Amino acid sequence: MATTVEQRGIGEAVLRKEDKKFLTGRGRYVDDLKLPRMVHMGIVRSQYPHADITAIDTAAAAAMPGVMAVLTGDDLEFAAGVPCASNPTGDMVHPVRPPLAKGRVRHVGEPVAVVVAADRYAARDAVDAVQVSYSPLPAVMDVEAALADDAPRIHEELDSNVALVLAHKTDGIDAAFDRAEVVVEHTIRNQRLIHVPIETRGVVADWNPSNDELVVHSSTQVPHFLRTFLAIVCGVSEAKVRAIAPDVGGGFGSKLNAYAEEFIAAAVSRKIGAPVKWIEERSEAMVATCHGRAQDAHVQLAATRDGKVLGMRVHYVQDYGSYLQMLTPLISQLTFLMSPGAYAIPEIDVKVTNVYTNTVPTDALRGAGRPEATHAIERMMDILAAELGMSRTEVRRRNFPTEFPFTTAIGLQYDSGDYAKTLDKLLELSDDKATFERRRGEAAARGKLLGRGLSTWVEVCGFVPSDVARSALGLTPGGWESSTVRMHPTGKVTVITGTSPHGQGHATSWSQIIESALGVPFDDVEVIHGDTAFAPYGLGTYGSRSLAVGGTAVHLAAGQIRDKAQLVAAQMLEASADDLDFADGAFTVKGSPDRRVTIQEVAFRAWQAFDMPEGVTPGLDETVFFDPPNCVFPFGAHGCEVEVDRETGKVEITGYIAVDDCGNVINPMIVDGQVHGGVAHGIAQALYEGAVYDAGGQLLTGTLVDYLIPAAADLPHIETHRTVTPSPTNPLGVKGIGEAGTIAATPAVVSAVCDALGVRDLDMPLHPETVWNAIQKGGAA
Amino acid sequence: MKSAVTMTVNGAPRTVEVEPRMLLVHLLREHLDLTGTHVGCDTSNCGACTVWLDGDAVKSCTVLAVQADGHEVTTIEGISENGDLHPMQQSFHENHALQCGYCTPGMVMAAIKLLEQNPAPTDAEIRHGLEGNLCRCTGYENIVAAVRAASGVTV
Repeated sequence: MATTVEQRGIGEAVLRKEDKKFLTGRGRYVDDLKLPRMVHMGIVRSQYPHADITAIDTAAAAAMPGVMAVLTGDDLEFAAGVPCASNPTGDMVHPVRPPLAKGRVRHVGEPVAVVVAADRYAARDAVDAVQVSYSPLPAVMDVEAALADDAPRIHEELDSNVALVLAHKTDGIDAAFDRAEVVVEHTIRNQRLIHVPIETRGVVADWNPSNDELVVHSSTQVPHFLRTFLAIVCGVSEAKVRAIAPDVGGGFGSKLNAYAEEFIAAAVSRKIGAPVKWIEERSEAMVATCHGRAQDAHVQLAATRDGKVLGMRVHYVQDYGSYLQMLTPLISQLTFLMSPGAYAIPEIDVKVTNVYTNTVPTDALRGAGRPEATHAIERMMDILAAELGMSRTEVRRRNFPTEFPFTTAIGLQYDSGDYAKTLDKLLELSDDKATFERRRGEAAARGKLLGRGLSTWVEVCGFVPSDVARSALGLTPGGWESSTVRMHPTGKVTVITGTSPHGQGHATSWSQIIESALGVPFDDVEVIHGDTAFAPYGLGTYGSRSLAVGGTAVHLAAGQIRDKAQLVAAQMLEASADDLDFADGAFTVKGSPDRRVTIQEVAFRAWQAFDMPEGVTPGLDETVFFDPPNCVFPFGAHGCEVEVDRETGKVEITGYIAVDDCGNVINPMIVDGQVHGGVAHGIAQALYEGAVYDAGGQLLTGTLVDYLIPAAADLPHIETHRTVTPSPTNPLGVKGIGEAGTIAATPAVVSAVCDALGVRDLDMPLHPETVWNAIQKGGAA
Repeated sequence: MKSAVTMTVNGAPRTVEVEPRMLLVHLLREHLDLTGTHVGCDTSNCGACTVWLDGDAVKSCTVLAVQADGHEVTTIEGISENGDLHPMQQSFHENHALQCGYCTPGMVMAAIKLLEQNPAPTDAEIRHGLEGNLCRCTGYENIVAAVRAASGVTV
């Protein structure tokens, strides 16, 4: 575990500087904010999955004590609908969705009206008193129903419920299947999931009528995007909008968005002339915040008898839900791009059909498209191994790319890797076959079915070169990141980062980067983020991008500080800049180490601006916008061992080993923590979580009683290991790690359970009932 | 109709006029500005609101403020002395047992009581003892390590 160390630069397990405020209850989350005259907003939500609103009777609610206003879609004007920043083909139709419903609703939970009251109890009472009359329409609750010939149409702008089709096919795919000695085929399902950060969403919006300035505090991963979209949707100058992400209690992709409620709160504040607070209740969150996954993959692999995969045909069907949220189309597009996984599959035919249903919109959820791709290909590699009578490790090994950079049949260039190395390390750490089989026999004597499984994974992250964002992905924004590094006259450093951490520990890691680059002690560095009033535009935290793109921006800005300081130091030391060395935070003249000036002394001189070198401007304050030349591609091998209770079907994970390679590591303690959390999320998809709608459009898993996110006793000890293969994509040699565990764990767990039962595949979540039924049907007979 | 409730909060007597239905967590957060106690669900599953009531860990979203009338409440703001972290807080820091920090106050409050009741727990006992507190960031790995370290039990 971490130790307190003198050196707190790159590579050290430095304890986090963020911790103390959270440990003492001095964090400041959005619900902790109080503004003068602040009022509370409650939201009336649709109880129907698809309906026309015929009347809204607000009289009873408006007459309740403490209630100041009851507003409907007709009362609030917006300049645009809820935004979507992804258009993969460039000509995809984006149906317009007003933040507050006008006329028609398309999922249970859609905002229909709002109440404003003096406190949250009064607001909650008034929500229940608003009478909404609906004329129900036929609803489609899954993709099969949505794709039926006579399916009710969800958006009138479209001819059908198909939102978008993506396809890519290499020339040799048919020949590959003709030549194949073995073809395996299966449908792999990634069920619908709900993110459940422990802090729900929340907004405090304050529109100042005296100058039309709008300040919005929101529990968001992307404050700058939010500001831009607030300006567009609310029709106000972006220069008058300030968006602030205070401390944010987890996101996992659910707060990588610009939501209806953020626009509604701003518009209501403008309408009533007071600050408005809206805090999402958990049962609201389940039907109002984006969901994730909800994707099926119909896959065929063509292979030779000795296990070489010749080609892959795959048709993904993605449930978009009822509307496009900010990045909805991007998610299955990332699945599409990562469909071959960690394997050199020469020919490919991949198609994605994206479908509207009357459900909560889907968008990014930890991994965002890559867990879906990985689960599908990993399950298929297990199925191929079984078909060939080959070990699951061997069939993988025979298909690993061996030379990097490696260009896939889709066209991505995996930047660096050594996939066999992580697999070898996993095998070294695991029981040999004889030991495992002996233990399997011992478990059987206890009525337990022992099984083990693995995944070998790769992902694309560190989003994204801006030209790729435009040309390959069809995103509205590019993929760069910004950082300012500012040295104060007293030698202390402020870093302003465009990333927006919500648990990832950027203040600590960025301080380590500064200590390594400038020799300024870790404790002399402060990192600030999340406020558009003082930060250069930043794209935020998602997609395991913060270190590879944002951390690199910090490193480069620090380098510019050092370069400028060297010119000033040369003047101070009456030497040529070329004749200076820089080490341990000080410049010395080569060969005369006693002629020395610290970078703090240089910062003071640069602030004075006395006797500056020709052409050098005052101050040490540098801003870098870094646009990466490629994405980064972390990889690894995860192994899982399970015991299944033959009588009950309950799965217990009895061992979990993660071997990951995320390039160079800034803080191994934080990296391990990211892997732990990621693995937990992946295990949760495999064993526990699944959002379920009934035929009438109601979410049956609408509270944490019904939607099981794992507690400590539901998860195993997670062992973490690493190999280090630096990325050539950025000067730090780093890759992302935030989503790795989630991507890797789900298929590893399912692989283990299938091994225990001796079955090809099982649909997740592997609840005891599912597993027990598989046993009754002859699994592990 | 409101009624006055008086309780000792973090050692100091406090009197507040509340609606009978007001939850203890809202009294603490909104009337006493003790915002370290959080709300993460509406079904008493998550434990982010855990405080001590007369020395027992309770979920303050499941206690009415009037039920605490005449009793003693301790929140996360009340457990460190003279600016020093409580040993459990220190152990969470040293073991990287928190990421976003939102579940952390409730988790710390529950963990201290866990060790009071079972001073030398096994890892399995720690995991079962914290089942009423949900964390979405850490996978609980380092929370278990922090509680184990705070107990002084080595493995």
